[in-house]
Amino acid sequence: MADFNFELVSPERLLLSERVTEVVIPATEGEMTVMANHAPTMTTLKPGVVTVKGTDGKITRYVVFGGFADILPTGCTLLAESAVSSEEFDSASLEKRIAAVRAQIDENHHSDEHVTRLEHFLGELTQLNEIVVAF
Amino acid sequence: MPSLKDLKNRIASVKATQKITKAMKMVAAAKLRRAQEAAEAARPYSQRMSAVLSNIAQAVGGDADAPLLMTGNGKDQTHLLVVCTAERGLCGGFNGQIARFARDHVRKLLAQGKTVKIICVGKKGFDILRREFASLIIDRVDLREVKKISFENADAIGHKIISLFEKGEFDVCTLFYSEFKSVISQIPTGLQLIPAATPEGASADQGAIYEYEPDAGEILSDLIPRNISVQVFRALLENVAGEMGAKMSAMDNATRNAGEMINKLTLSYNRQRQAQITKELIEIISGAEAL
Repeated sequence: MADFNFELVSPERLLLSERVTEVVIPATEGEMTVMANHAPTMTTLKPGVVTVKGTDGKITRYVVFGGFADILPTGCTLLAESAVSSEEFDSASLEKRIAAVRAQIDENHHSDEHVTRLEHFLGELTQLNEIVVAF
Repeated sequence: MPSLKDLKNRIASVKATQKITKAMKMVAAAKLRRAQEAAEAARPYSQRMSAVLSNIAQAVGGDADAPLLMTGNGKDQTHLLVVCTAERGLCGGFNGQIARFARDHVRKLLAQGKTVKIICVGKKGFDILRREFASLIIDRVDLREVKKISFENADAIGHKIISLFEKGEFDVCTLFYSEFKSVISQIPTGLQLIPAATPEGASADQGAIYEYEPDAGEILSDLIPRNISVQVFRALLENVAGEMGAKMSAMDNATRNAGEMINKLTLSYNRQRQAQITKELIEIISGAEAL
């Protein structure tokens, strides 16, 4: 199977840079599987799980919190706001995030639009929490 | 003339100080290496970010609905300065340099009749700027408890800036930090965050026609706040590296000075000791002659 270059970058470091055959990205408008020779696409991410299938068929998972992906036929770069591999992931940090977003909604001095966005984000986070628990 | 005992005490105390500065230099060197590694590791992200940004900015082009964060709100009256300095002193002119640079900028803006607001990141800059512009400082960010600066710290500052902008508290935002050139040279720099200095299309030749999901405008409005956080993050990392570099050379100088001082003191200690011996001998000899 054709492979391509996949890079997962967080602001703190380069997490992964290797040849892979298949990557599933949690794009804002639905999950998206990227394979070699994908049409050039730019998309934002929602909090979710990135599944990477290496050339040897090994599957690794990463939990990301938002960011965006830059997809070219020759490769795919994922700029995640924060990313950890699923083994290192601890749900306490996720719960802390959820609590932080809740607190922001409760502050209630934000514009309606902002609150809607936060609530949407909260929904995505809770959903992610369920997925992660199911690992 | 200090007595022999005084000199001895003095030498001991300078030696103790020298030990401390030497240890601090070593600590700074270790921290510098770590800070440099962190700055290095953060580089790919910010590089890709600006590449992608200039790509999308081109796609959106001169669209009227380009986000305000990028184009600015067309005014130039109120300036927000975010001044990043270190939390601790004992690092030579590092903090003073940034603060002085920011102060000159504030004075220039005030002379032009602009309104200035200041956010201080780091304690030292706050201490210096407070003397002159206490009424202009609207907020300060304390990172003293933070051992290793993470993206969340920078993100919090980024969000603060953006929400102030959305409330119309300022028109132009400039970030002040110290660019890390090398261990002995850090250059205070001002970087305009809002409106973003348009990234000039160096990557025009990438030429791929992208599909945007959701559309380019929406991605852009998602990306720009993130870019601000990334810039702040980069500035903070450069600052840490710079601080450690400055501290290292300051402590190196201090150690060397202490060494010189010890030499001088030892010399005068020995001279006095010999003078005293000679004096005692003369007393004994003249006493013997008198008999």
